[in-house]
Amino acid sequence: MRTYAPMYVEAALLTLRIGTTGILLSVAVGIICSGVLYNRVPVLKGIVSAYVELSRNTPLLVQLFFLYFGLPKIGIRLSGQMCGVIGLTFLGGSYMTEAFRSSLEAVEKIQYESAMSLGMNSVQVFRYVIFPQALATAVPSVIANVVFLLKETSVFSGIALADLMYVAKDLIGLYYQTGEALLMLVIAYLVILLPVSLLGSVLERRLRYAGFGN
Amino acid sequence: MGQNILEIVDLVKKYDGETILNGLNLQIRKGEVVVVLGPSGCGKSTLLRCMNALESIQGGQILLEGMRVEKNAKNITLIRQKIGMVFQSYELFPHKTILENITLAPLHVQKRSQSQVQEEACTLLKRVGLSGKENAYPRQLSGGQKQRVAIVRALCMHPEIMLFDEVTAALDPEMVREVLDVILELANEGMTMVIVTHEMQFARAVADRVVFLEGGRIVEESDPETFFTHPSSDRAKAFLQTFEFHKERQNHAEKQST
Repeated sequence: MRTYAPMYVEAALLTLRIGTTGILLSVAVGIICSGVLYNRVPVLKGIVSAYVELSRNTPLLVQLFFLYFGLPKIGIRLSGQMCGVIGLTFLGGSYMTEAFRSSLEAVEKIQYESAMSLGMNSVQVFRYVIFPQALATAVPSVIANVVFLLKETSVFSGIALADLMYVAKDLIGLYYQTGEALLMLVIAYLVILLPVSLLGSVLERRLRYAGFGN
Repeated sequence: MGQNILEIVDLVKKYDGETILNGLNLQIRKGEVVVVLGPSGCGKSTLLRCMNALESIQGGQILLEGMRVEKNAKNITLIRQKIGMVFQSYELFPHKTILENITLAPLHVQKRSQSQVQEEACTLLKRVGLSGKENAYPRQLSGGQKQRVAIVRALCMHPEIMLFDEVTAALDPEMVREVLDVILELANEGMTMVIVTHEMQFARAVADRVVFLEGGRIVEESDPETFFTHPSSDRAKAFLQTFEFHKERQNHAEKQST
């Protein structure tokens, strides 16, 4: 077990690296897309809705296969890690969009009007008044999405990325130490995800005490 | 009192096929305080919301210093800066401190200097008796205090005209006075104001002119003394009677004695 621990650490780092990059990009995509939906920007609104439906209704593994095996057919060749990041962002972006959108809609409309009455344009209203309030209520669902996306990284092994799942499968294949390999795998995921979940509950409680939304 | 600052001509507002305002005409002169009265659902608040283009209009026009007030007008944000609005439910921004609430728009919309805006905000807060609350959050304030902050927030934009939409309706009775006093003071300073209220005593004290609205039209328009003592329309008479309890009591006593 000790011999293979470093392999797990390395795999965990890869999982974390791709996961973090993908999640940060997902949040960015989510903020932009939810802004488009909230402000009902013509044309873009339709594109974003189509993207959200496409992304949420296809499995990540299928999206990755499309990027990794499909795109080379039309001459676009991406590295495994690149595919991982893009795939995760494509999937996560839509989940984050929905998380932010529902929080934005939950901010009372009269707050929007009150900001408008002070002469703000719609971008200023969104930036200074609506979004900060929505962010506070979005935290629980955003954290849930982060945990979900980190777990989803386990399908990266399907496109030959040496993530945790891949290493575990490798070790099982090589040494038939199924029990140990899987135990290490579970522990590795817990080590990564438990702190995220805990951080989430702390943040949530903090924001509740701060008394957001009055 | 100077020339007209706000002109409303044949205003029509429909909502879901229902006509709320039906060919309404109203002129407001600079420095004038106009109180809008009327039974609930008569379109008072809608009229106020049209005045700063929070509502789209279906007919007629509203002119502020000759500029069209319209939801889709290019210069609407500029026009709204000239119109201060105070809402029934305060609508302070809960995630910002009192000082930030007041300075947000002057800083980001009018691009004024931070030190100047903050100084003005503090002076105004002092005037309404809220010195020391600069760094508090809205949730830490009482309703009356929040409403005074909302008034200061609107004032800090240096508006030409202020709109008050039932600003004491959500307040506990003992907090009504502190808010009305601020508005009375503004009136004395010559601020142009349009006030929708249910506080009849206050209306009488503050108004230069009373406008009585019913069925989406102005039914009666006169100075407060005439309106409250000799209303000419039956509708206004009936409306005013609903606020008089001592008469009810007299009638009751007379009935019992006979």
